[in-house]
Amino acid sequence: MQRYSLLKVMGQALRRNIGWQPAWRDPQPQSGYDVVIIGGGGHGLATAYYLAKQHGVRRVAVLEKGWIGGGNSGRNTQVSRSNYFYPVSSAFYDHSLKLYEGLGQDLNFNVMLSQRGIISLAHSEHDLELNRRWANAILMNNVDSEILTPDQIKRLVPILNLHSRHPVIGGFIQRRGGISRHDAVVWGYARAANALGVDIIQGCEVTGFDISGGRVRGVHTSRGRIGGDRIVMSVAGHSSVLAGMAGLRLPITTMALQAMVTEPVKPVLDAIVISAAVHAYVSQSDRGEIVIGGGADVYNSYAQRGGLPLTRSTLAATIELFPCFSRLRLMRQWAGAVDVTPDTSPIMGLTPVPGLYINCGWGTGGYKAIPAGGDTMAYTVAHQRPHELIAAFGLDRFAKGALIDEGAAAGVAH
Amino acid sequence: MLRISCPYCGLRDETEYVFGGPSHITRPAPEVSDAEWADYLFNRDNPKGVHYERWQHAYGCGRWFNVARNTATHEILAVYRMGEPKPVLATATPPAAAREASR
Repeated sequence: MQRYSLLKVMGQALRRNIGWQPAWRDPQPQSGYDVVIIGGGGHGLATAYYLAKQHGVRRVAVLEKGWIGGGNSGRNTQVSRSNYFYPVSSAFYDHSLKLYEGLGQDLNFNVMLSQRGIISLAHSEHDLELNRRWANAILMNNVDSEILTPDQIKRLVPILNLHSRHPVIGGFIQRRGGISRHDAVVWGYARAANALGVDIIQGCEVTGFDISGGRVRGVHTSRGRIGGDRIVMSVAGHSSVLAGMAGLRLPITTMALQAMVTEPVKPVLDAIVISAAVHAYVSQSDRGEIVIGGGADVYNSYAQRGGLPLTRSTLAATIELFPCFSRLRLMRQWAGAVDVTPDTSPIMGLTPVPGLYINCGWGTGGYKAIPAGGDTMAYTVAHQRPHELIAAFGLDRFAKGALIDEGAAAGVAH
Repeated sequence: MLRISCPYCGLRDETEYVFGGPSHITRPAPEVSDAEWADYLFNRDNPKGVHYERWQHAYGCGRWFNVARNTATHEILAVYRMGEPKPVLATATPPAAAREASR
């Protein structure tokens, strides 16, 4: 792997940038691998990277039906945070945030992490009560969290209108929360995994599983059969369709989660602002675009485009909170097919089919979990038992009634 | 924006309706195993393609009915009343035709 550094950039600049190598190979699929990962998003690539780096499993393939990072990994709003209510969730997501904090160095790829703080707004006494309970629970989980007064919020976000139709009467902040560049996270993991020998095979769609003798033996794909007795499904919104090919039914509903960006402007907003009551979250990217995350359309959808009624209500709420954005032009609006579970917690670990593993159910918040998702799934596949951080997130929790209801802690109304 | 034809009121915008999840789910007898009960409570078909689902015309007549809708194209294939069986859809819509229709 060509190491990236300031010296390298300067050297290449003097040689007219003709010496850069492709960041990853474009290999032909081999007939078999030790581990086959289906889905070349952040979670799949991170799983491959940690398998090769920490567990010495080098014969790994990542199969992606389109191009890597073309699904939800390239459609999210880039937020990382760990302000969750339940201890099992907090432990998992804080592990992820800590990995994000060292990710640029680890991957030798600048993921542009900016820990600018994430502010959740309270619009009523009831919101404020819940915010206090929430902030205290987060502190009890050993994660940073601070209650803010309206004056403190105004100092952090001067352009916020505190006296709109949704008056702001307080809130709380996780100062370690932040944004990073989602393409860089995908490309960084792909490049580092490739350097460790992982085959990243794009344009390769899985069409079925080869299951015999009570366990999985490989996958059938648009580019032929690929053998492997350990297979990880990491395909977000398409999890039900893929798991169905192995005869599994999942507690998942696929919905279209919307996001949109405005034209780029000079820096005006250096925090992430979330309003649960109006279901909008707003930040400004390094390119200057205002990134607005909305809710999910209420009906099942694989369409990867959002409906206009929800776009309109998200924008109306955003403009109430930030009146100075009203004259900005919207550049793009899109949706990702997200996999929502009944308790809005992920499903990770083993499945009833021996050799087949699952990592899905991230719903509206998979991006922040990429490093820990990859790390814990790699451990789970290498040791063939769940990592302790994800033991509570197994597919078997539904029949046991051991749900982890993070519906409120997703930071938005569901 | 979906436009749904209420069997009682006619064609209206999506914003007049409330989505009610999948139709045709039958509650099993109370003595079934935990796994079967969890399957009834939580597991869903979640197809990419034709989905049979319930809608309520909440800001109209208030009545519930069923819709068969393609989740990949959002095309509405059939509308039928509560209690009626799943309609037999003659042919699955070819994607190209559905794309044309959604323009």
